[in-house]
Amino acid sequence: MEYVIEMLDIRKEFGGFVANDDITLQLRPQEIHALLGENGAGKSTLMSVLFGLYSPDGGEIRVRGEKVNITNPNLANELGIGMVHQHFKLIHNFTVTENIILGMEKTKKGQIDLKSAAQEIAALSEKYNLNVDPNAKIEDISVGMQQRVEILKMLYRHAEILIFDEPTAVLTPQEIEELMQIMKRLVAEGKSIILITHKLAEIKEVADRCTVIRRGKYIDTVNVGEVNENELAALMVGREVSFVVDKGPATPGADVLKIEHLTVKDSRGLKVVNDLKLSVREGEILGIAGIDGNGQEELVEAIAGLRKIESGKIELLGTDLTKMPIRKRTQTGIGHIPADRHKHGLVLDFLLSENMVLQNYYEAPYSKTGILNQKAITDYSERLTAEFDVRSAHGIKSSARSMSGGNQQKAIIAREVDRSPKFLIASQPTRGLDVGAIEFIHSKLIEERDKNRAVLLISFELDEVLNVSDRIAVICEGKIVAVLDADKTNEKELGYLMAGGKYEGGMTHE
Amino acid sequence: MNKKLANFNWRKILIPIFSIISAFIIGAIIIAASGKNPLDAFSALFSGIFGNTYYIGEWLFRSVPIILTGLAVAFAFRTGLFNIGAPGQLAMGGLTAVVIGIFVQLPWFFHMPLMIIGGGLAGFLWGLIPGILKARYRVHEVVVSIMLNYTALYFVNYAILKFIPNPTNPAQSAAMQPSATLNVPGITELVAAIFPNSRLNFGFLIAIAACIIFAFIINKTSFGYELRAVGLNPSAAEYAGMKVNRNIALSMAIAGAFAGIAGAIYMTSLGKIDVEQGLTGYYLLGFDGIAVALLGNSTGVGVFLSALLLGGLKAGAASMQAFAQVPAEIVEIMSSLILLFVASGYFFERILDKRAIKKLHKIRQQKVEVSE
Repeated sequence: MEYVIEMLDIRKEFGGFVANDDITLQLRPQEIHALLGENGAGKSTLMSVLFGLYSPDGGEIRVRGEKVNITNPNLANELGIGMVHQHFKLIHNFTVTENIILGMEKTKKGQIDLKSAAQEIAALSEKYNLNVDPNAKIEDISVGMQQRVEILKMLYRHAEILIFDEPTAVLTPQEIEELMQIMKRLVAEGKSIILITHKLAEIKEVADRCTVIRRGKYIDTVNVGEVNENELAALMVGREVSFVVDKGPATPGADVLKIEHLTVKDSRGLKVVNDLKLSVREGEILGIAGIDGNGQEELVEAIAGLRKIESGKIELLGTDLTKMPIRKRTQTGIGHIPADRHKHGLVLDFLLSENMVLQNYYEAPYSKTGILNQKAITDYSERLTAEFDVRSAHGIKSSARSMSGGNQQKAIIAREVDRSPKFLIASQPTRGLDVGAIEFIHSKLIEERDKNRAVLLISFELDEVLNVSDRIAVICEGKIVAVLDADKTNEKELGYLMAGGKYEGGMTHE
Repeated sequence: MNKKLANFNWRKILIPIFSIISAFIIGAIIIAASGKNPLDAFSALFSGIFGNTYYIGEWLFRSVPIILTGLAVAFAFRTGLFNIGAPGQLAMGGLTAVVIGIFVQLPWFFHMPLMIIGGGLAGFLWGLIPGILKARYRVHEVVVSIMLNYTALYFVNYAILKFIPNPTNPAQSAAMQPSATLNVPGITELVAAIFPNSRLNFGFLIAIAACIIFAFIINKTSFGYELRAVGLNPSAAEYAGMKVNRNIALSMAIAGAFAGIAGAIYMTSLGKIDVEQGLTGYYLLGFDGIAVALLGNSTGVGVFLSALLLGGLKAGAASMQAFAQVPAEIVEIMSSLILLFVASGYFFERILDKRAIKKLHKIRQQKVEVSE
């Protein structure tokens, strides 16, 4: 048997939009096969076809050489195909065992036989080196372990072919390393893996072969050993990708945002932003570097108006924002790309067009005397989606929920940037996105800077902070501990400062 | 064309239809089990709905209040709130209309609108209470609304006996002014000609207008846009600078206004308001609104159609009892079943998936054969 799974010339259309244009993917037994493509390239659609969530409009699927017609996920499971979803499907106050057996509980005298299930799960965990306690509650275990529970769920259902959907997006570097080992172990024990990702380094490390798709089209299948990261990136994006952010020197002007003695409490009532002082000038990108949980989130929320300020002052262009309602702040000149695009950035069940006017639906021309002007909204959304290359199955009439993460983010950025705010907050703007989208978003941020606007960039990716920012403010325990010029510092120094180290050299204290 | 979208819409309509059919099947089984012929019963039921123009008129008349209470529940649903307080809002609206009908003397063309507006305003204020408590103090609107239903019930009873007693019948309010009717010259005669002897009146047109206004507010106005945003994602609504709390309070109040108008129309049609012994009688019209909103998927058109369905079942029940000797309560069972099935739409999706599941078994078998 040469291939366990063959997807031959798979075609899937939504309306006139071709999500999968005759894509072929062949998975060998005991192979880790990467599926590489930009956000919205059609990876998820292809896997949904394999998993029975969509029926293909053309092509055929063969499992172990037999032609099959997979019409629903149960059937996919029946054929030994299991998917580890990007967003885990676990019940938080259930134990690991309860989660794993959910839907196929074995009973003994009418009672669920948890004990034998737990033993079976423990044995599986041992066999694949997953190190999962079957009796732990989901809410008590780490994200990495939750993911291993998802893997166990598949193994418990005797899956032979495992699909990992962007598995490392939620993991810490160490957990990523562990996951790589687990995947290698899984194939060693006879499983076959499809790894959906856009992280090139991971492909290089773990995958045997890699199928690249771009804009719904099949590009190539390559042996990973024979290509380098740049070549993979070029295949994915269709052109050479610069990993270095291309930007000229900043010409900063006057202060746009000024924060003094700012104190903000988190939801537990702790002072997570403590007497913070910071200013952002026009024509510059100020990056905030810091370890997650040092007050970045609360700082952004305080500026945006989503969180109460305990004491201190925030000024935008000389106007005191401290007690201003959110809408007023937006009108004064704040654009906000929120860190959590599903919670704050979008109404997922709204259409794309409705989401495009989330900040200005009430103004002319989108509303006149309280009545929405559909034509104006449509025209505006059409223009923005074209300008920012937001791709979706049904154009502006797609529901935001149906769009890929990268395109959702592009939509938010289009909305926030197009209003030409004097001050733009970009919080984790590229989280979970592919290199092409990241490059695009970085260029948009720099474009805003070059229009003489002030940009505040918050990111946990040090690379990003270093490459995109002009100045970097290091935040530690709710205080800005140093402000450095981006071209005069490095990862090592930032890391040291972020961890609470004292800076000795000639830094410019704000 | 887009297969998935077509599929989705198709199911959205199929589930209510499946629910209705199943409710009739189960209703038939119950009737048969009690020794009656279900076909006779249903034929009596249907002739009681549209057997002649009188029945049709009564059917439409009975649908009016539940169209409006359906809108009352649906409006709140769209903002993510559950308005279980329609009975209380309806009673307060009805009481207010009756009070205006008794004490105010005006020509009919001022009197009628005043009663409708007064009823709507009373419902608005009665809905505003849970709205504000929810917005300000995060008290759950269901708890407050349920308690306010009883408050309204006993207040209305008290008010009837204390302020507008009927000298000859202590169980109802005093008579209203002759001008306090829903008779509109021209329309009343026309209705009387088409639907002789039925109680159908101008209220039906108000209900239709209310459906249109509902759909207009929700779909076409920036206020409706805000309400939907708050309902679907309050965090994003807040991020966009919408006044989430104000919208919650207003949404409950406007929902209450729809129920208040239902009460005003209903009581004005009857010419009185009754002393009720509990959340029964016309209070049930408020709870029917929940069924109507669910069945109609909280849209203007959906509410209108499902209210006609439930109103029809209610209207036909009496005929069924009279001509087929099948208790009218069977209709209550059937409407409850419809609601139950719609609410558990998942169950029907499974049935729709049955074909797929059958295929699964086939392929499973094939797979076994292959591996052997």
